[in-house]
Amino acid sequence: MAAVRTASAPLTQAAGVGGGVVGESVPRPDGILKVTGEFAYSSDLWHEDMLWGFTLRSPYAHAAIRSIDTAGALALPGVYAVMTHADLPAETHYGLEIRDQPVLAKDRVRYHGEAVAIVAADHPETARRAAALIAVEYEELPLVVDEATATAPDAPLLHPGRTDHHAAHVPHPNIVHRQPVRRGDVAAARARADVVVRRDYEVGMQDQAFLGPESGLAVPAEDGGVDLYIATQWLHVDRDQLAPVLGLPADKVRLTLSGVGGAFGAREDLSMQAHACLLALRTGKPVKIVYNRYESFFGHVHRHPAKLTYEHGATRDGTLLYVQCRIVLDGGAYASSSPAVVGNAASLSIGPYVVENVDAEAVALYSNNPPCGAMRGFGAVQACFAYEAQMDAVAAELGMDPVEFRQRNAMSQGATMPTGQLVDSPAPVAELLRRVKALPLPPERAWEAAGGPVDVRALPGGLSNTTHGEAVVRGVGYAVGIKNVGFSEGFDDYSTARIRLEVIAGEPVALVHTAMAEVGQGGVTVHTQIARTELGVDRVTLHPADTRVGSAGSTSASRQTYMTGGAIKHTCEAVREEVLRRGRARFGAAHPAWAAPERLRLADGKVVTDGGEAIGDLAEILGEEAIDLEREFRHRPTEPFDLGTGQGFGHVQYSFCAHRAVVEVDTELGLVKVVELAAAQDVGKAINPLSVVGQIQGGSTQGLGLAVMEEIVVSADGARVRNPSFTDYLIPTVLDTPSMPVEVLELADDHAPYGLRGVGEAPTLSSTPAVVAAIRAATGRPLHRVPVRPEHLTGT
Amino acid sequence: MRVNITVNGRPYAADDVWEGESLLYVLRERLGLPGSKNACEQGECGSCTVRLDGLPVCACLVAAGQAEGREVVTVEGLADHARRRSAGGQPSEAGRAGEAAPPAPVQQAFIDAGAVQCGFCTPGLLVAADELLERNPDPSDADIREALSGNLCRCTGYEKILDAVRLAAARTTGEAV
Repeated sequence: MAAVRTASAPLTQAAGVGGGVVGESVPRPDGILKVTGEFAYSSDLWHEDMLWGFTLRSPYAHAAIRSIDTAGALALPGVYAVMTHADLPAETHYGLEIRDQPVLAKDRVRYHGEAVAIVAADHPETARRAAALIAVEYEELPLVVDEATATAPDAPLLHPGRTDHHAAHVPHPNIVHRQPVRRGDVAAARARADVVVRRDYEVGMQDQAFLGPESGLAVPAEDGGVDLYIATQWLHVDRDQLAPVLGLPADKVRLTLSGVGGAFGAREDLSMQAHACLLALRTGKPVKIVYNRYESFFGHVHRHPAKLTYEHGATRDGTLLYVQCRIVLDGGAYASSSPAVVGNAASLSIGPYVVENVDAEAVALYSNNPPCGAMRGFGAVQACFAYEAQMDAVAAELGMDPVEFRQRNAMSQGATMPTGQLVDSPAPVAELLRRVKALPLPPERAWEAAGGPVDVRALPGGLSNTTHGEAVVRGVGYAVGIKNVGFSEGFDDYSTARIRLEVIAGEPVALVHTAMAEVGQGGVTVHTQIARTELGVDRVTLHPADTRVGSAGSTSASRQTYMTGGAIKHTCEAVREEVLRRGRARFGAAHPAWAAPERLRLADGKVVTDGGEAIGDLAEILGEEAIDLEREFRHRPTEPFDLGTGQGFGHVQYSFCAHRAVVEVDTELGLVKVVELAAAQDVGKAINPLSVVGQIQGGSTQGLGLAVMEEIVVSADGARVRNPSFTDYLIPTVLDTPSMPVEVLELADDHAPYGLRGVGEAPTLSSTPAVVAAIRAATGRPLHRVPVRPEHLTGT
Repeated sequence: MRVNITVNGRPYAADDVWEGESLLYVLRERLGLPGSKNACEQGECGSCTVRLDGLPVCACLVAAGQAEGREVVTVEGLADHARRRSAGGQPSEAGRAGEAAPPAPVQQAFIDAGAVQCGFCTPGLLVAADELLERNPDPSDADIREALSGNLCRCTGYEKILDAVRLAAARTTGEAV
């Protein structure tokens, strides 16, 4: 056993002459480690003499803490530390934007599962037993569980005296943020409408359910600081919340990314980071914390559940005249990303359609429900479910084909968003719909083998043998969505890359160093491809992601290929400029091409003219003097949405995906089998085509899960989570997932590096409404809520 | 208590094992074999799948004491296991200590097909897929789905995992790929 297992070593990959560049399906550099079980995830970390940390969590959703007695826990052999709010050394709160969440609850708990105390012990079971010995006296308080209870005249104020910058413009202190979007004249448009459809919709609380549980290792350092090896989505924002909580300067809180077992938004917020560091500094020993699955369901945010009211008006010829909508998102006990979720829901509320008259509003509540925040496609997923259901309903009222109705109203480049923003890059909404519609449908009644016995595996219920096809009906549904890419609303979004180009064993090697969190999305692969493309080297080494280089921003909002890919490209360009400067200084007299650097590029380890002539060798130009540069990359600026009208250049890029879903439903039992889930998406440039398809399929499956399976169930009487395990929180297995054909369009966004478009989130939007539309088509039932449950389909 | 287990062909002894510890805990924290993962520790996710005397099991549901005297194959030993299988059970000269063993066919197929993303599910899937191909070299899609139904994946949507298993099967049965 090694004395220490912290982070992965640098990954090096060579792809062969001319290979491994932008546009190729390069295998991932961490692939071998992952398939041999040698990749070091945050839960695999180990340190000699380390202790195990454990969190004591509240059994109540809203209660006053009358007392905490830790004597029993401290007396247990093997326990090294017990900490409560009273033991916190400095700042006591954290939060991504609003620092409203206690590191450990002081006099009140606001949600079921809130952290109250932490323990460090020499065995994880000892830590669990010690936590159970901590005596906490609670007094239950009235609950806030929805908009009515949050804004009632006598509503308990969950965050009295809040001073965040949203507090001034919200109508009630229990509303985190509110964003209207107003354009045109809805009242006048309503008077002209031939068809009006008004409906209420509901989206349940989905969990990210990443497989690698929250975990990390905090090691106290000799300088009084701490080294944290952690799975996260944004190293620097973790550090910037941790340093004040630990009472340390930022440079003494050093973070290195460990292997991340998936994220999907759930690692944007802190979970065990502060707890592990506090215990390490208190005990002077390394402390590892690993959540089990039960605790993981309490340790991170979920997707905001939403109640949505939509009204669409159209003329008989199939033109949308107006959309009016109101979206209420329940952010739970703490703000987390609620303001950004509200901004996305409001600005994307009508979908990828041209509608001249819009009156939209989105709000997020504080409540005693579990905290909700970032999850793949946040804000836009909730809206998409509602507006796509509306499009089907309006098409039905008009007697039009739902795809044709969508295509008739679809936006394209040059359209104006309801926020007033011009859509200034390709928006192939109609084409994406055409693509999914044109695909051949899967064969009907696949369970009936030619003359043979029924293969129940092809039926709803599968080997449970619940049907032989008697009451099974098929349905087909379509949906399309629009997603923003990047941080939006005026946020100063940037990423940083450090590139070192040097000669090792006679060969030029590029080292790529960023703080980008690889969470499985394949960013590390793309990084090697960009470096190869820009610097013309074969061998690329990836430095572990850490806080010793500038921030890369979060691995979220589908932004990392754009932002950190852009930073690597930008820094490589600076390195190339330096290579050419050195080359010109040494060899400029020998060849006139050196005088025109814009016509030179680096390829196959050489400086090459645009005519293909090699005029310099990289290894010779570099010699023993490496080039080592760090640069930041920013996208073009965005601006905040106006608080009264929602107008503003709020999003740097939009992403579009369309789905067609084919389902077979056993109408006797209400069981749904999704037979096929086809997607068409514009990705701008597929930097790595295999990765792109994988992201689209993964996002589609998470949308399928929201459509028919996934929901955190919170009890009505106590706001307690009823299903914090994989036994009762079901995510799709390989038996629940269909075949997933993917059509990829590459229509360049000229504002983006390589014309690329963020990929990961858009397929999560349109997959959910497409599946539900197919179920409606199969059963004729008016489904307005996800997840769809068997009882919604059988009427019992 | 003390537990003696053969893991990936090598004998191990773990001391001071608490009676409540699982085989998974012992592999990860006492034997230094963290390849089997801890996504749920409730037997639901399959990320801890190992073979116990040849049978795929969730290591988190096996009490450490139950593994006494038995043979375990984890993802770390999959390449060696596959090599011994193809060599008819004879230990191979390759793969000596310190040498990087070439991946098992199913491992290489996962990489080539793009079946790995975050990779937390991958070790359990590989053990399950390797066992499937051992007993059914030419599985249908329905066979693959049933065999892997105990293994959760959150990133890929399973499509490329199916591609990988098909690819491994095709390579094993000699079809040109």
